[in-house]
Order: sequence, then structure tokens, then C-alpha cells
Amino acid sequence: MDNHKNSLTDISYFPGCSLATSAKENNLSLLNLCRRLGFNPVELDDWNCCGSSSAHSIRSELADDLAARNLFLAPAGRPLLVACPSCMLRLRHMYIHLRDDEAARGYYEDKWNRSFDPNLNILHFFELLPEANLPNLAKDREHSLNGIRFVPYYGCMLARPPVMSREKNYYGLMEKILSSLGAEPLLWGYASRCCGTFLSVARPDVVRPMVNNIALGAKETGADCIVTACAMCHLNLEIRCDLREPVPIFHFSELLSLALGEDDHKGWFSRHIVDPEPLLRSKGLI
Amino acid sequence: MKKENYSDLGETIKSDDSDFQFASEVKKRSGTDFNMCYHCWCCTGGCPFSHAMDYTPNGIIRLVQFGLKRKALESSTIWLCVGCNTCSTVCPMRIDMSAIMDTMRQMALEEGISVAEPDILNFHKEVLHSIEHYGRTHKLEIMLRYKIRKRDWFSDMDVGLKMLAKRKLDLMPSKVNDIGEIRKFFTDVKHKT
Ligand code: SF4
Ligand code: SF4
Repeated sequence: MDNHKNSLTDISYFPGCSLATSAKENNLSLLNLCRRLGFNPVELDDWNCCGSSSAHSIRSELADDLAARNLFLAPAGRPLLVACPSCMLRLRHMYIHLRDDEAARGYYEDKWNRSFDPNLNILHFFELLPEANLPNLAKDREHSLNGIRFVPYYGCMLARPPVMSREKNYYGLMEKILSSLGAEPLLWGYASRCCGTFLSVARPDVVRPMVNNIALGAKETGADCIVTACAMCHLNLEIRCDLREPVPIFHFSELLSLALGEDDHKGWFSRHIVDPEPLLRSKGLI
Repeated sequence: MKKENYSDLGETIKSDDSDFQFASEVKKRSGTDFNMCYHCWCCTGGCPFSHAMDYTPNGIIRLVQFGLKRKALESSTIWLCVGCNTCSTVCPMRIDMSAIMDTMRQMALEEGISVAEPDILNFHKEVLHSIEHYGRTHKLEIMLRYKIRKRDWFSDMDVGLKMLAKRKLDLMPSKVNDIGEIRKFFTDVKHKT
């Protein structure tokens, strides 16, 4: 790997609060993957919280300021990779606003004496994948994920406000990529059901039955596991499911890394609340 | 708590209750023309939380159209909406429901209207408090402070302990260096076009 270092393309990287803390396993597997795909993620210097649901819920202008600061910190000429789907939405939403509204842009330019790159390319991790020839990178094509049966869980990452309705849509991407690596996607009705986000804290009574339904839906389909690309979905599905036999939930990046033969997974899987190791062992994946 | 049927809103509508300024204010602040809504109920069908709300999402639009400000701003719906955009994605008229709900929540706070879901508001406040102090969210502290406000130590203890054991709750916050820049967002008087 080291001799490839020079050929890696630098990209800016916005980890967001979840990945920087509670979902470190997702962060590590994602960073590894980027390097395998030929990118060198450089953490956005002094990034701040995107505002999460709370800022736009009760103080819209604060949500704008928080998102804008990150965009103004991004060095021009480099794409900005965002790991978390909800940070992605907040940052892209603000980017569109700043790109199209000169007055708003001017306000921040004066405030910070920094400039905004109107061509900033804000990427979700998904967008790096179709270009890469993953089956070629995988150690042993076809068998690498050994037929593990999964249901894809996108949560609300496919839903957007109307101004963004013409943006790229990732529906089907996890199925396509993971099946090219030997996993078996199953169809189910909960792929884009919301995980409950912050109501998991303030109204667990509302979220628990929703999450249990999602887990039951996965079981009824005959899936071995649920795969999600969002750290918050991952956490909610793990902590709010109170079924006697919960379903293991993987971060999409974990299964990808596993298929590509990364071997530092020890640290990741032990951080799961629903232990996925028995499943992985039974499939001969670890 | 139980949902009233939007079509008659479960009661007689008295026009003296109406505040006709209200509709235009919501429209202006949210940047959304909800008069395009023809009450097809697609939003409500798609909303994962409509069963827990007192009014359905399109019921809220109805209240605004009728100028029933108090009812709308006192509803639990505006707090239970998480802004997931599921409704806007299926709305044939591309109505930005999440923007409408943001606007109404903020109007309710500005007008000092009693909040139907105080726990949800407290959670948002704790998140913002954390951002104000660190520039990022510090989950452990948010949870602890939320619990103190709620004076409820025991529910969710198991979940918290599991998260700690799995090192999902960092003890120390991750911080922004230039925290002054962040604090200013909280104190600045606003501008805006
Ligand atoms: S989906 Fe759109 S048009 Fe239909 S009721 Fe909801 S807001 Fe109105
Ligand atoms: S944005 Fe709000 S109203 Fe719309 S589906 Fe999500 S929770 Fe329901």
C-alpha cells in the first residue's frame, strides 16, 4: 500500500459528529476503503457540527451558519467527501442556497473574509464506488461475501426536500455493489422507513415499535442481516430493538471492507451492540 | 392525543378564531406555497410518525389554511415531525413539509405557546447547547443534561450503559479550535435577505 501513497488523490473529508465518536468503526472502515479506491481523505480543518436535526428545527439561521462555515472552510478545487447522509443533506442544501443566492454568499464572505467555491463538489461516499472496479479489488470474486443474505436499509437518505429532488439518487446502490461482491440482496418493504432519529431519545415509546417492525421485516424476508449506510440508523436500529433475537446490523462500509480483504475488523465488530461475529463466522467471513 | 379527522378537523370552525395573517406569514417564512396542497393525504400515508401525531401532516396545512393559528402551533405534530422528507418525496405538489414544520415550531417558540412535546424541545436545546460549547455534539453530555432536565435517571439506563461499554459515548468532547466563531452564531443579531 505504502508505495501507492503518492498516487492517491487528495479529497477533503467531513466525518461529522457521529462518525468522529459513536460510530468510529464506520469511520475507520470508510477511511480504509477510500485509500483502497485511490483517495486520500484529508479531514476538513476545524470542521464543526452540521447542525443536525436540532438546529433547523428550532433555529433556522443557526443551521445556515453552521453548514456555511464548513463550506467556507473547504479548500477550492478538491471534492468534499461527507460520510453521514444527514450531514450530507444539510451541507448540500446550504451549498445550493449559497451557489444561487449572491446576497447570502456575500454575507458570509464579509463575515469571515474567506471565499466560497461555487463549484464545490460535495460527494457522498457512494459516489466513489461505481467508478471503482470492486470485484477486481476483491480477493476472491464471487465468493468474497459468501452469499450472506441482506436487506438494504437506506432510511431517509433517499428522501430530500423539493429543491433537491433532481439530485442524484442512490437507490439500489448497496444491492448492486454488495451483490457484485457475492452477497445476496433481498427485497423488503422497509428500505426507506425512517429510523426515528432523535425521537429515539425523546420518545423511545414511539421509536421502539417502529424499529422492532423493521427488524421483524428483515427476519420475515429471511435476511441474515440489515445493511445501512447511516451511523444514526445503525445506532437506533441497535439500541431500540428489543426483540429476543435481534438482527445484526452492518455499516455498508464494514461489509465492503470485509469483501476487499481488510483485516483490521476486530476493532469494528466488537463495538456493535448486536454481536455480528457468530453470523460472520458461520459464513466463513472471519 | 388522538388524531382528529382533518376534513372537518373534528369540530366546528369558528371564523373569529381565524388569523388570516398567519397563513401568509407561514408561507413567507417557509418559502412554501401550501395552497398548492389538495389534500391527497400522500404525505400522511408516508409519514412514519403520523399515528403518534394529534393532527396529520396535511391536517396541519389545513389548520394553517383556515388560519387556526393556536391549534396549529399547540399541536404535537410540529414537534414529532423529524424532517425526514419522506412526505415531500411523495407529494405530487412538491410541498416542503419539513420547511413548514420548522417555521411553525419556531413561531410557537417566539410566541411563547405551550409546547406539546417538551421533551423533544429539551433534547434540541441540549444539542444546541453542546454545539455552542464545543462546536460539535458531545453525546454523553447531551444525554446527561437531558436526563437532569427531565429528572429521570432510570429509564434507558441499560441502553446508556451498553453504549458506554461499547465505547459509543466518548467521555471527552471533540472540539472546534476556533470556538469563538461558533459562539458568535449564537449571539449575533441576524441580518439576512
Ligand atoms: S402529499 Fe402534498 S398535496 Fe398531498 S396532502 Fe400532502 S402536502 Fe398536500
Ligand atoms: S418530514 Fe415530518 S411530516 Fe414529513 S414524513 Fe417526515 S416526520 Fe412526517
